[in-house]
Amino acid sequence: MSSHHESIIREPLITGTDITYNKITEDVCAPVERMPSKAWWIGFTVAVLGLVLWLVAVGYTFWTGIGAWGLNKTVGWAWDITNFVWWVGIGHAGTLISAILLLFRQSWRNSINRSAEAMTIFAVICAASFIVAHMGRPWVAYWPLPLPNQFGSLWVNFNSPLVWDVFAISTYFSVSLVFWYTGLLPDIATIRDRATGLRRRIYSILSFGWNGSAKTWQRFEAVSLILAGVSTPLVLSVHTIVSMDFATSIVPGWHTTIFPPYFVAGAIFSGFAMVQTLLLIARKVLNFENYITMAHIESMNKIIILTGSIVGVAYGTEFFIAWYSGVQYEQYAFINRATGPYWWAYWSMITCNVISPQLFWFKKIRTSIVASWVLSIFVNIGMWFERFVIIVTSLHRDYLPSSWAMFYPTWVDVAIFIGSLGLFFTLFLLFLRVLPAIAMAEVKLLLKGNSEMSKRKLIADGHAKVPEGFTNRIVIATTATIKNDKKDE
Amino acid sequence: MANFDLNQRYEFSAGAKRWSIILLAIGILSVGYGLFSGHAERTFANLLLNSYYITGLCMAGLFFIAVQYVANAGWATALIRIPSAFSAVLPWAGLVLVAVIVSGLYTHNLYHHWADPDLVNPNSPKFDKLIEGKSALLNLPVFIGSITGFLIIWSLFSRMLRSYSTKEDQIAGIGMHDKSVKFSAIFLVIFGFTSAIFAFQVIMSLEAHWFSTMFAWYNFAALWVSGLSAITLTLIILREQGYFTWINDSHLHDLGKFVFAFSVFWTYIWFSQFLLIYYANMPEETIYFKHRMENGYLPLFWLNLIINFVLPLLILMTRDAKRNFKTMKIVTIILLAGHWLDYYIMIMPGTVGAEHGFGIIEIGTTAGFIGLFMWIMLTSLSKAALVPKNHPYLEESLHHDI
Repeated sequence: MSSHHESIIREPLITGTDITYNKITEDVCAPVERMPSKAWWIGFTVAVLGLVLWLVAVGYTFWTGIGAWGLNKTVGWAWDITNFVWWVGIGHAGTLISAILLLFRQSWRNSINRSAEAMTIFAVICAASFIVAHMGRPWVAYWPLPLPNQFGSLWVNFNSPLVWDVFAISTYFSVSLVFWYTGLLPDIATIRDRATGLRRRIYSILSFGWNGSAKTWQRFEAVSLILAGVSTPLVLSVHTIVSMDFATSIVPGWHTTIFPPYFVAGAIFSGFAMVQTLLLIARKVLNFENYITMAHIESMNKIIILTGSIVGVAYGTEFFIAWYSGVQYEQYAFINRATGPYWWAYWSMITCNVISPQLFWFKKIRTSIVASWVLSIFVNIGMWFERFVIIVTSLHRDYLPSSWAMFYPTWVDVAIFIGSLGLFFTLFLLFLRVLPAIAMAEVKLLLKGNSEMSKRKLIADGHAKVPEGFTNRIVIATTATIKNDKKDE
Repeated sequence: MANFDLNQRYEFSAGAKRWSIILLAIGILSVGYGLFSGHAERTFANLLLNSYYITGLCMAGLFFIAVQYVANAGWATALIRIPSAFSAVLPWAGLVLVAVIVSGLYTHNLYHHWADPDLVNPNSPKFDKLIEGKSALLNLPVFIGSITGFLIIWSLFSRMLRSYSTKEDQIAGIGMHDKSVKFSAIFLVIFGFTSAIFAFQVIMSLEAHWFSTMFAWYNFAALWVSGLSAITLTLIILREQGYFTWINDSHLHDLGKFVFAFSVFWTYIWFSQFLLIYYANMPEETIYFKHRMENGYLPLFWLNLIINFVLPLLILMTRDAKRNFKTMKIVTIILLAGHWLDYYIMIMPGTVGAEHGFGIIEIGTTAGFIGLFMWIMLTSLSKAALVPKNHPYLEESLHHDI
């Protein structure tokens, strides 16, 4: 008797009726081994143009100083920190998928973890670029590190959450990179074994001599679990500390105790939206539809609605306590958000973050690829506005009405933001070209137990206990496949 | 799986009944002693603490079931009847909680930071502008009405989910399961918003001037860790008595991971709230912690962290500890006591202040509530089979192996 059992009502994680171990390898390696398609070249050209814009705008900022931005003496943080928090938040989904879902033994993570982790790393790179840029003098970017220096008593202020942030994010980046790369090793080895000539030499070096022995696999499993255990508190700490950049202050709208978990939920929310945005296209263009299935899309949408609702509860709680506290500054900060000169930003945030994701309660919308993609873009926009609202609307009208001001971005602000998207997509598209975008070794684990084929076989052989009233649904779940493969009927 | 009797039912034995009644009697006597020995306020604070505690356990049971359905989780199916029995106590626990709150309000033994007409009367010398600002929420009809309303709504959901589950035992098929998933999702949304207001009202308003947005989730964390511990402890004790023999160390491991993870989560919430208030150093916020660092509360304040964070962190760190029934039994008992202390520190400084103590009233009242909870929970448990035999994830759970 096998000790593992999966209920027949669980949706298969690999669809298709002709999947073999070899086919998985072929399908996943194909985008790396063939010449890039036209679609890839178009995407890459656009992304590189964005990257060039980023280089120009960042270079201009370094040359002239951050006076090139729209900041003023009242609003000292605006798009720079908005973009930083937005990007670092996006990164969180990768770690959630790779680490926390691994600890929870969620096998639907297996086909999406690779690209989500890659996204994490690129998003953190974009986030870090804003930190360096907003320092104004990037050549002294090492000052937040406690290094001995030639300036005498100049030392790091360990009481500052900004310094905690430097530690949190650099640790997070390092561990994410190690986790991602460790996971890549068996798959790089697969590409190595299939390659010839120079490519073989390169992938051979990159695979760190992976030999696929039982001992190697055992160590691989052990190190994955350890890294997952380390990453989990790390990912929570990162956005916690990002939230403390604001919440430790006494600025109304910033200083509220719910910030740490609320920021973490928001980060996972935006991260899953970005994973959805990227993967819904990638699965189509790269022919991964059998591996990144509707079950995956639906699960991610469920996480989006969960975290979106947590964020909604947090918004409600903040508003409620602002009223309950009786503190007039706090009350004004929230009324000003909703009805002040930046009302449009606030209501964009509420619409995109709280209202539109509620559509995912309907299974039809949750399982529609177009709707999922559109709503994921909405969430990305909404979460950008959330950070903008928190930062700019809290700062622009502070305790002293004589110093109230508005923030207007300059072309440099806009160019750096758009450029950072270029940087991100350049890196992501390169990743799709040179590394396997799906963890094939991990997906293969699912073939015997969690695939459509294995489930159909169980039913056909009479080994599955199908509950009454469920039979119809199995047919519905696999209609797409039946259409492609008539002989199966 | 033939070795297990999946039709097994729990029999509420005479011994267990006797114990529940003895504990309940001790509770009633202690409350009587407290009220008539001039410690009315302290007795009411204890009644509030314990009734809030067991209401939290019932809510944790309901939350556990709802999360299992919504997340399509299969592993806990073989033990799901325990949280289900917890959730069945909710109407009774809620009734007791409302009775305590109402009688506390009308005898002026509870909520005196706001429940005094003079505080909102502009002509009174006691007039308090801040309390007046909150009076839309903190007034008797709204306060009692909303707390009662929330408890009724949650109780209806607990009834509904339980009846679907027992119906599923009679009629096979996916229908009841689908309904359970749907109503669990609806419940979780309602719970997300209402549980926050519930915690703000029942506990935070004891010190009505103070406020913290985190407080709701802090209470949720305490509720959830204590609920998970109680579910685990009940399971271990019943298994020792020959029930739930199909529960293996993998089930226990998963429960242990939950207890471990949410103890850390509780600490995270505790620490975030503390650090942000400490760091910003605003008097209207720091006063809360000042009251918990004087009048003899300081040792308890730190003990709270040791019991609820350091101990589970160190003891449950290893895999083997989480798979050991004896270790888990000890840890869950420690955590149940720890979160009693957690509630004690939330409630006492704002109600009795320096007059707090730990004696007959505290121990006796707690014993009484344990008896009450045991009686109703075990009665509910005995009314259905211990395993939901037609649950689509039952096989998964019986084969659970990690």
